Amino acid sequence: MNHPLVEGYFRMEKFPHIWCPGCGHGIIMASIARSIEKLGLDKDKVCIVSGIGCSSRAPGYMDFNTLHTTHGRALAFATGVKLANPELEVIVIAGDGDLSAIGGNHLIHAARRNIGLTTICFNNNIYGMTGGQYSPTTPTNEKGTTAPYGNIDKPFDITQLAMGAGATYAAKTTVYHVNQMDKLIESAISHKGFSLVEAISICPTYYGRKNKKGSVVDMMNWLKDSFVDHKVAEKLPPEKKEGKFLMGEFINKIEPEYTEQYDKIIEQLKK
Amino acid sequence: MADSKENLTIHINESWCKGCGICIAFCPKKVLGFNENGKVTMLDRENCIKCGMCQMRCPDFAIFLGGKE
Amino acid sequence: MARKVKFLQGNEACVEGALMAGMTFYSGYPITPSTEIAELSAEGLPRIGGKFIQMEDEIAGIAAAIGASLTGAKAMTATSGPGFSLKQENIGYAALTEVPVVIVNVQRGGPSTGLPTAPGQGDLMQAMWGTHGDHPVICLTPDSVKETFDLTIRAFNLAEKYRTPVILLTDEITGHMREKIEIPDQSEIEIYNRIKPTLGEDYKAYKVYDGDIVPKMADFGSGFRYHVTGLMHDETGFPSNSTKNAAVLMDRLMAKIENNKEDIITYEEIETADAEYLIVAYGGTARTAKAAIKTLRAEGIKVGLFRPITVWPFPEKQVVELSEKVKDVLVAELNYGQMKLEVERVVKGNCPVRFCGKANGEVLTPEELIRKFKEVL
Repeated sequence: MNHPLVEGYFRMEKFPHIWCPGCGHGIIMASIARSIEKLGLDKDKVCIVSGIGCSSRAPGYMDFNTLHTTHGRALAFATGVKLANPELEVIVIAGDGDLSAIGGNHLIHAARRNIGLTTICFNNNIYGMTGGQYSPTTPTNEKGTTAPYGNIDKPFDITQLAMGAGATYAAKTTVYHVNQMDKLIESAISHKGFSLVEAISICPTYYGRKNKKGSVVDMMNWLKDSFVDHKVAEKLPPEKKEGKFLMGEFINKIEPEYTEQYDKIIEQLKK
Repeated sequence: MADSKENLTIHINESWCKGCGICIAFCPKKVLGFNENGKVTMLDRENCIKCGMCQMRCPDFAIFLGGKE
Repeated sequence: MARKVKFLQGNEACVEGALMAGMTFYSGYPITPSTEIAELSAEGLPRIGGKFIQMEDEIAGIAAAIGASLTGAKAMTATSGPGFSLKQENIGYAALTEVPVVIVNVQRGGPSTGLPTAPGQGDLMQAMWGTHGDHPVICLTPDSVKETFDLTIRAFNLAEKYRTPVILLTDEITGHMREKIEIPDQSEIEIYNRIKPTLGEDYKAYKVYDGDIVPKMADFGSGFRYHVTGLMHDETGFPSNSTKNAAVLMDRLMAKIENNKEDIITYEEIETADAEYLIVAYGGTARTAKAAIKTLRAEGIKVGLFRPITVWPFPEKQVVELSEKVKDVLVAELNYGQMKLEVERVVKGNCPVRFCGKANGEVLTPEELIRKFKEVL
């Protein structure tokens, strides 16, 4: 018997996928497919767009209209796809480096426009495909092959970055918190306007090894213990919040969506 | 899940399993373990509650709930 | 039939042509001296149900156009020097993934920010070699407002026919010059649309079927769930590391242009039949050359003009044939001799190849060209 989700939503002949043992990316990819299944979307009307990097290999496995573009540019390509054919459900898959370093400009502008794209950031805090260089989300003092003495950069909070740029839906989750991840990705896809889910992934091969984070299971346990839903955190005493990272849905509001606004111009001109 | 849990059982696709151990570590009933190849195996089918957490956290699509064969 | 006479800039004629060719999508970033193309697209596209978007940068400008093209839109972006540099990576992407897209480069003086409001022709080699790796390119160069209109339509047709990015390489001279042009009726315009698969057929996204030049191209959303990647891919469209496969793909990409040069290459010859001397010039500089030749002919000098309209692929055969007949070839262009290199390469010493040019933002005057030409007499 075959995995029902794979049979329904993936290109089975492409498996097993290229990701390393314990890489969290497969967990996020599965969650996206489950969300699409739950929402009952027509596979022919879903377009998955990615840039370059480990996470960006996901579309190749997914049985939709799939577009593997250039490094950092997934959102720019996706903007063209969505504006040219708004009936497509366009989902962008991007790594932390892809989305917030080389593609950072596209992220803030897609968010600002409130164009109906769903961005799922597979954030593993490192450049994995090139062998473990520090990224804009590598925490300060952590190591990468290009930060051998510890990273002196201050990291981005991608969720907050998107919100600051005007995203009308933004949420953060982790590959440990899979039930929450399903809910958030489902909400993000259903959301009209620009949505972003930052899914904290794990990279045992590079980030974990370089920073002595222990085994795959240790890294998952760290996510379990370190992240708390911000709504839950509100009720916690200060000592229980110390050192915790906040996750959950941070913003969910309705504002005019870009392609609909454009269509209004077209309609006005017909009069 | 459309099927009732009665008709479901855990399936393992050993050729896709990369032996990361996530499913084993976070199984609430601890019914999974490694086999001699370092891949996941069902140790205690009777006590499996079919919660599906192994499937949801498996990065490799190697373990899943499916119909009984 | 409704022909219209208009008094237009080259940039305006470009948009008129694009709309007649079926452009339904434009994405770009403001840059002098190409901005009118964006402005008129912004005005015209929503009127026909098309889409315009001003992107956050030049890279996004071409990326969105490629994305739109994948949904079936005929897409264009326009830019100038610095923006053309920024677009290079995605030009290569469109070449490898075989996505039709038209890129207009209204050349200005360079390098760097250079001379934004002055003409130049320094991007000729970049149009061919600007992105990394080998890839096919079609590049067209108009020398008038009317020809800008015609070549914009042709750029769309060639992009659709050969599934490749097509560069319309104009310059600040033709882009901002105004001329009277007659816009033909839509019914007089020949339009080529990409070949699409029909639902139900066994579709392989990058397989060339018998009788076709390029793979059929399905619109995203039309029922063919296929994969597009900038990695080397096989005929299914999925990545492949096989060197054998990479060779097959690269050979096919290069051959689709190489084997169809007769169809792609156009050029103009003036007074070449009895010419003893030849001037080669293109784009705005060809106008200088045309004036110079008139003067020289009036003096009884047998000089002709060869003007490549398709600059890439280069009209090698025609230039070689002419070089066998003439005593001297003078290449005139607004750079330090980019087409001269190409002419030298192809004539292989059949005759001397001389150069007349400048790259200071001024146009070449007929007098300057005549003076240079006469050094050979």
